Amino acid sequence: MDLLEQIAVAMQRGDSDTIGQLLRQALDNELAPKDILDNGLIAGMNVIGDRYKKHEIFLPEVLLAAKAMHVGMDILKPLFLKDEVPSRGRVVIGTVQGDIHDIGKNLVAIMLRGAGFEVIDLGNDVAPNKFIDTAVERNAKIIGMSALLTTTMPVMKKVIEQLKEKGLNGRIKTIIGGAPLSGEFAEHIGADAYGYDSVQAVDCIKKLVSGS
Amino acid sequence: MLKNEDLNNPRPVLKFLSDTTIERIMSEARDVLCKLGFEIHNDAILSMLQDHGASVDKSKNHVLFTNDIIDKALKTTPDSVKLYDVMGDETLDLSGYNVYFTPGSAALNILDGKTQEIRKPLTADYVKYAKLMSLLDNIASQSTAFIPSDVHERISDSYRLYLSLLYCEKPVVTGAFTIEAFNIMRDLQMVVRGSAEELVAKPLTIFSCCPTSPLKWSDVTSQNVVDCALSSIPVEFISMPLSGFMAPVTLIGTLVQHTAETLSGLVISQVTNPGAPVLYGGSPAIFDIRYETTPMGAIGTQMIDCAYNEIGKYLHIPTQAYISLSDAKQLDAQAGLESSMGATLAALAGINNISGPGMLDFESCQSLEKLVLDNEICGMALRLIRGIQPKEDFPALPRFEELLKEKHLLISEHTQKYLREELCLPGAIIDRANRTRWQEEGSLTLLERGRREVSKLLNRYEPPRLSEDVKKELKKTMLREAQRCGMERLPEIAL
Repeated sequence: MDLLEQIAVAMQRGDSDTIGQLLRQALDNELAPKDILDNGLIAGMNVIGDRYKKHEIFLPEVLLAAKAMHVGMDILKPLFLKDEVPSRGRVVIGTVQGDIHDIGKNLVAIMLRGAGFEVIDLGNDVAPNKFIDTAVERNAKIIGMSALLTTTMPVMKKVIEQLKEKGLNGRIKTIIGGAPLSGEFAEHIGADAYGYDSVQAVDCIKKLVSGS
Repeated sequence: MLKNEDLNNPRPVLKFLSDTTIERIMSEARDVLCKLGFEIHNDAILSMLQDHGASVDKSKNHVLFTNDIIDKALKTTPDSVKLYDVMGDETLDLSGYNVYFTPGSAALNILDGKTQEIRKPLTADYVKYAKLMSLLDNIASQSTAFIPSDVHERISDSYRLYLSLLYCEKPVVTGAFTIEAFNIMRDLQMVVRGSAEELVAKPLTIFSCCPTSPLKWSDVTSQNVVDCALSSIPVEFISMPLSGFMAPVTLIGTLVQHTAETLSGLVISQVTNPGAPVLYGGSPAIFDIRYETTPMGAIGTQMIDCAYNEIGKYLHIPTQAYISLSDAKQLDAQAGLESSMGATLAALAGINNISGPGMLDFESCQSLEKLVLDNEICGMALRLIRGIQPKEDFPALPRFEELLKEKHLLISEHTQKYLREELCLPGAIIDRANRTRWQEEGSLTLLERGRREVSKLLNRYEPPRLSEDVKKELKKTMLREAQRCGMERLPEIAL
């Protein structure tokens, strides 16, 4: 097994310690950071996502892999020039105004970071304009909104309406998630996607980013 | 000061009978055995009982037991039965409150997974079943679950055992349909073990032996008890009183009859070979006077099962019951509710060998998809009886400090260490997806998920580790028996 494969396997085990050792070894062997990232860390993470969808592994295993990803990124990041840090995209995420339930949103943020996204987490009780202003300021292409209460779900619609008013819809895509939501609701309010769990939300965002 | 042992909570136990009631049932059952007596249609057994002090009238196939013969039998009956798998590893320790599941046995039909028709099973069905059984973790033993219809009926009992031994390593709950079949069924086991002594040392099967209610033993089944005792093959007595029909309508009255019938079997076994392994089993049922049927999923039936198990425990004899099964004809809500109610009650009552998984339609129809579902029911019941125990939970503060710091405990060491033993996560036949995920995965019904799981599991199958020589010898032994019964060859898949 070559070094990159070993890294991918260690990722699948969520073995942060080994990831650290293997990455240093890979860098000593003068492997390119981009190669290590794509064919080691992300390759391993992709296997994790597939296995989760097939019910072969569960959330803790995915989270452990995500944690290993963070360890790997901490080592690799300084090796990229500031503007060249590879990122799958930038996502602004938060729980909508009036709602302080952030468990689901936190999970999605962890998973997104694990998958190589840059996440700007606005926390909870986030006002509609804050989502939009941050996305514009930070040049994020995705806004992710979470809600647990049926009473706060309409806030999501407000965000989407404001995006339209500002002519930003289409340039900034939206994804919503949370226990009371559904695909139908997403369609109804004009959101671009609905994520029913954290792993699937990452998949949706990958698709939104690639435009497919 | 609180000691650590004070924190160990007892296993949850379901009880219906006080010791006083059990003693009264025992004494009434003894009266039945000693004053009304039993019909036994087997001269040799009648002679043997007569030699041990029972009053026998051979012209009427009748015997009056004595309290002395019953007491002696109870004294020599072992308090545990151990079973060893095909490879010789200890798999079941049937004693105390240990609980194991085994599929319902000897069904005449199978519910076809594809067509949902009830039909006669074939060898190919049995092979699939045995393969599946080797992959269902919560069902500790296999049973000879149904009767392949593509072989001569004279070998239909031994042939099931043969296929089971060839395709699955788990020990087998089985039974012989004739006196002659016992020999070949013992021979097959000796091929696996290598010698008679080794088979005695490491029992591989349990034979179900059924008295006929009320208060009778047929020639075949009583002889099976004797033959098993002589070879130290464990026997489970399957008394089947029917409340309100062939037994008193009251549950206590039914228990008196069940006790008498089971004690009679115990005496036959222990007089034949003191210390022979037995299980205090049964398959009683209430009688449904509206349909003239014997519902296994009836709450009354299941209460009788749990209660006679208490009598078995009182006598320090391992127990068995046909209880986690259903009378439904399809894999529907009734199938699930009756099977899970039975499994839950049985596990709480501590019935050692719980028979039933896979079974539908009054013990007459097996279903592979239901076996997969029932495997999950068994897993939940097994989790239930592990109860609630502290696991590095005290002091609690460090855990909560960790939670507040990390914002979740999904990957904390404590979670990783205890997740799988603390939280019972069933297989994919149990739907726990949120609605959108369920829809995206095809909006599958229970039956469809069952089919998917059956084929997924069968793809993972690995054959038993039995040596090729043993497999060859098993095939030779079975073929010889088939040819003796006029069948030139066995179905292709069996060879």
